[in-house]
Amino acid sequence: MEEVVLNSGDTAWMLISTGLVTLMIPGLALFYGGMVRVKSLLNMMMMSFGALALVFVIWIAVGFSLVFGNSVGDRGLIGDATQFLFLKGLDNSTALIGTIPAAVFIAFQGLFAAITVALISGSIADRAKFGAWMIFAGAWVTLVYFPVAHWVFAFDDFVAKSGGWIANDLGAIDFAGGTAVHINAGAAGLALALILGKRVGFGRVAMRPHSLPLVMLGAALLWVGWFGFNAGSAVASNGTAGLALLNTMAATTAAVLAWLLVEKIRDGHATSLGAASGVVAGLVAITPACAAVDASGALAIGAIAGVLCALSVGLKFKFGYDDSLDVVAVHLVGGIVGTVMIGFVGEEVGLFHGGGTDQLVSQIIGAAAVLAYSFVATLIIGKLIDLIFGFRITIDEEVEGIDIAVHAERAYELFDNNQGSAFALSKGGQL
Amino acid sequence: MKLITAIIKPAKLDDVKDALQAAGITGMTVSEASGFGRQMGHTEVYRGTEYKVNLVHKVRLEVLVDEPNVESALDLIVKAAHTGSIGDGKVWTTAVDQVVRVRTGERGSAAI
Repeated sequence: MEEVVLNSGDTAWMLISTGLVTLMIPGLALFYGGMVRVKSLLNMMMMSFGALALVFVIWIAVGFSLVFGNSVGDRGLIGDATQFLFLKGLDNSTALIGTIPAAVFIAFQGLFAAITVALISGSIADRAKFGAWMIFAGAWVTLVYFPVAHWVFAFDDFVAKSGGWIANDLGAIDFAGGTAVHINAGAAGLALALILGKRVGFGRVAMRPHSLPLVMLGAALLWVGWFGFNAGSAVASNGTAGLALLNTMAATTAAVLAWLLVEKIRDGHATSLGAASGVVAGLVAITPACAAVDASGALAIGAIAGVLCALSVGLKFKFGYDDSLDVVAVHLVGGIVGTVMIGFVGEEVGLFHGGGTDQLVSQIIGAAAVLAYSFVATLIIGKLIDLIFGFRITIDEEVEGIDIAVHAERAYELFDNNQGSAFALSKGGQL
Repeated sequence: MKLITAIIKPAKLDDVKDALQAAGITGMTVSEASGFGRQMGHTEVYRGTEYKVNLVHKVRLEVLVDEPNVESALDLIVKAAHTGSIGDGKVWTTAVDQVVRVRTGERGSAAI
């Protein structure tokens, strides 16, 4: 093996990418937060922040090792939990992974885990106990995300000698997490929405977004952060990162246009929520494919994702599951579009580029495996938490608003509302 | 004495206020209101889901007027609030038994 040396250009880009991906947490919190009613805004944002905090701690303790440790029994299913337990041997300033400090790679990948968990929260808006959500976040990331990320992200001989089955044996292409992040989160979101059930008044009471500017700001922050997510997944400052960045832009803009076109034809209006949703649909769909296609391919992926995701948002009313903020329609559908489309428009390997059907089959198997595992495992985890702790707040709390009931706060002081409130001196205050 | 209550379009509030002030009617109470009349609200659409918004944003204006000025005040309000389109609102009057100015204790017309 050739001697590995640190490349400062790669390192600089990955430091920046890690910062960009961190930006996706408040981006997602705002994107989701703006879409819920004003009485649940804080809870919506807290589910993202809570997931980040808890997941990263678990990541350091055992997560990194489960994903990037040597595959147990070389089966490609899960990494060795003890190899990098508490980042053994890696949490110093000299250890390298690839051409960058191990510390940077670990932080970058840890944020992927956190984002994936946070994405799920969109399907259970307004009604989940915060404690139950946190228990779910810890259990889910450990039992679902870490194995799946091992399957997809752990290449042989990169961090450890043997990696995951999708990356190495199946050879499905997933550059930045179309399967591990988006199909994974989307399938989990569907399962969790089924476990928790519908919100009070679902399909009957108007549950309009309380702040579309927050939604658009959130989508814009996600967009910026996604450059770190996708182009950063090159783990290098090179042409692959550049191509990923260009394709990310191409697919996202095409998806916005496609989503708005569907709305204009179907509903008569091109909406701001549609534009923001198109942004995320395009970003999701190009995630697995951003280094595997050319710009035309990226435009096609974005456009198809924009159309299919826009058409999918109505399914929850048809089938009666309350995926509150459309995690299924955006992340599951978008993730599947991007993952499968590689089999058609992937450079060299795609059907339209003379690559035959081998890659297409691999892509479908990879997508289906992640979808099935995530859905079933999430059903079990969610059901157990519901049985042991109870996942939902009471109906009264839900009607009053989860922010007040669970967090004892409200998002906005919309009126100067001092009348009738006073310091609670019993809590030790002395005026 | 009469209490004039006017439910009008928010955009017409300034016109109505200016017209009344110009006519020497110097006091009024304004509050935000929502409701519907014949227009029955409007439709909003979010991610393809349509919502019928029945309650439309309005402004409620309350003015106390001495008997001789009631008709002219009504005319002023109606004229200033008029756009001719549906949803312009309504104005009505209510008989008032007594009015007291809190600061001075004056009663009746003197308190208006």
